[in-house]
Amino acid sequence: VRSYPSRRGQYGTRGWELVTELDLASQAARIADEAQALLRAPQCPSGQTTLILGGEQLALQIHESVGHAIELDRILGWEAAYAGTSWLDLAELGTLRYGSELMNIVIDATHPGALGSFGYDDEGTKAGKRDAVRNGIWTGVLAGRESAAVAGLDYGGSVRSMDWSRLPIVRMTNVGLEPGPHTLDEIIAATDDGVFMDMNRSWSIDDKRLNFQFGCEVGYEVKNGKLGRMVKNPTYTGIGPTFWQSMDMLSNEIVAWGTPNCGKGQPGQVGHTGHPAAPARFQNVRVGVRG
Amino acid sequence: MSPDVTARTETAERVLQAARTAAGGSADVDVTVEHEHVALTRFANSYIHQNVASDTDTVTLRIHVDGRTALNSSTVTDDQGLAALVERTVAAVRLSPADPGWAGLSGPAGLPVPADEPDLATGGAGPEVRAEQVKAYVDAVGEFTAAGFYRNRMIVTAYANSEGQSVHGTVVEATIDGIAKTETSDGASRQASRRMSDLDGAALGARAAAKALASQNPIEIDPGEYEVVLEPTAVSDVLWALADFGFNGKSLIEGTSFVRLGGQQFDPSVTLIDDPLSGPAAGPLFDTEGTPREVLELVRDGVTRAAAHDRRSAREAGAGAVSTGHASAFSAVEGAQPINIRLEPTVNLAPTEVEGPAADSSVQALVTQVRRGLLVTDHWYTRCLDPRRLVMTGLTRNGVWLIENGEITRPVKNLRFTQSYPEALAPGRVLGIGTYAPAFASKYGAFSAMAPALRLAGWNFTGGASG
Repeated sequence: VRSYPSRRGQYGTRGWELVTELDLASQAARIADEAQALLRAPQCPSGQTTLILGGEQLALQIHESVGHAIELDRILGWEAAYAGTSWLDLAELGTLRYGSELMNIVIDATHPGALGSFGYDDEGTKAGKRDAVRNGIWTGVLAGRESAAVAGLDYGGSVRSMDWSRLPIVRMTNVGLEPGPHTLDEIIAATDDGVFMDMNRSWSIDDKRLNFQFGCEVGYEVKNGKLGRMVKNPTYTGIGPTFWQSMDMLSNEIVAWGTPNCGKGQPGQVGHTGHPAAPARFQNVRVGVRG
Repeated sequence: MSPDVTARTETAERVLQAARTAAGGSADVDVTVEHEHVALTRFANSYIHQNVASDTDTVTLRIHVDGRTALNSSTVTDDQGLAALVERTVAAVRLSPADPGWAGLSGPAGLPVPADEPDLATGGAGPEVRAEQVKAYVDAVGEFTAAGFYRNRMIVTAYANSEGQSVHGTVVEATIDGIAKTETSDGASRQASRRMSDLDGAALGARAAAKALASQNPIEIDPGEYEVVLEPTAVSDVLWALADFGFNGKSLIEGTSFVRLGGQQFDPSVTLIDDPLSGPAAGPLFDTEGTPREVLELVRDGVTRAAAHDRRSAREAGAGAVSTGHASAFSAVEGAQPINIRLEPTVNLAPTEVEGPAADSSVQALVTQVRRGLLVTDHWYTRCLDPRRLVMTGLTRNGVWLIENGEITRPVKNLRFTQSYPEALAPGRVLGIGTYAPAFASKYGAFSAMAPALRLAGWNFTGGASG
């Protein structure tokens, strides 16, 4: 399977220009060729290696292993039985090392055109911007007025409901990376041996948002600073903070990917979230997990 | 017949006539009117933190004319709203692309007869009833932290089409689903039924607490293939995945299903039934195309017999395939799938409570047969990696224990697995099936399962707590 711009598409709080900018027709032949090539491609090799992720895949990595983990209702146990809890402990807010120095994650409901942008949340709090992770240190949560009061925090702004018939709950807005100093080409050129993966295909993460496994549509071996042969069924797995602490290169090619299908709450609610992300490199990641 | 059914049937007939008039006499038209009552009481940190109820009427109109099909729905059900629904559906069908897969409407046909009338008290249970059972659950969890929900649903559906099919029905369901938590462990229990009197919050809370108690301070073990006893709660996940990805007529036609009709794909001890007449009522006894939903034998003695079809996929499958009554709002895109799946237990004996973490005596009986393996309470966040082999990845949750020489010896930290579900149930791989199949309702949609415990020769754990 190959898709463009991604399996879920691309979404934003924008107009038709979002569609025209994608230039869908120009990508169709390439995607078709890649889908055919995947039929003949070897399986993704298995083992520990250097992993380079494309921006679309990293967007979902942020969503699952950072965005949900910093939801204050989960941290407080309000979603324990259904969505799960979080590995994060409020006592460590401001001191816990979440990732490497390159990891700067911002909660930003004002990001122009991103899917998680709005003027006011569903408690009437004006949209704002706040650090979630700064230089790798966990510094902020997604909160609402009620959960913030319980936790002794002085900010909310991240409470939304799907529609009039649902209770407002803590939700991601735009949770994404600030740009790094590199480009994807530079990251590949600096990698002697590894795998590049992109375009999310499957995702699974534990109820504390620690142990994850993702599958991508396509992968390529990276040898001596160049993309090598295509590999199919690429997967990788890891533990959130270990993974994020291994990020040693980050691109500046940020795209605000939109996730239109985030499920949470009972009765179920579908949320729209945004995730600015760029290609990045991670060390000693286990890839090629197969059943 | 409840008063609600009459009102919905009249609405269906009225919209049908209006649409036929507007679209012309040659049009195929069908109408579904559904009233859904859902009431939910959630608890966390051992207290109720959310109590909600909603009543929604949805009218769905489908028109096929001149080779084109359009479908619209509305929750605005006054005269003006229904007239607007007809008007925009007629306008839409004229703009729609050709629909070469149209399989026509269902003709007049009667429905299966359930053993009992729906228990309207269950469907309409109020917050006091739910709170009473939640309190019993929380009290039974005791010193640990309780979280979960009690949900009751009632769905009244009326269907009518221009071929003369007109059916209606009411289904009800109630479910309790919860966990008990300690600093280092979780335990789960859940149950669903068409009668709320079957649900025992105190017993379920006690079971969750026993699991949480027994799974404290778990050890980490190396990943690898282990013999397993999957408890009914975990087996329900396996059954839903088999139904969703495998016994799905559209997936079968498109070659993405593992199903091979007539093949000995499962161990001879495996018989799978989709049974709308027993277990929790996931939906009415007819589908969104008005086709009656009968008992469907998917697997008998390990041989794959059937997949679920709507009219569209049955037509495409050819070879005499007919709709099995599994059309849904999504089946044209996602395929028809079983919604009341049951793995037949070896016998059907009510189990007894047991000491320790095993869910009941039927699970314990399988545990005693294992020399070295794992007892798994629950699966979590399972996702498909390869639909053709139905390779799923996910995690254990709510209690895992090492079994040594027939005894549960110590709790184990959660593990990630990557496993082909049908291959785990292949001939020779099923070492035992429990003697009782408790009933579950999906948290995520209108699906039920009746799932006995399974003892399997191997399960491929691909990661531990450390990755």
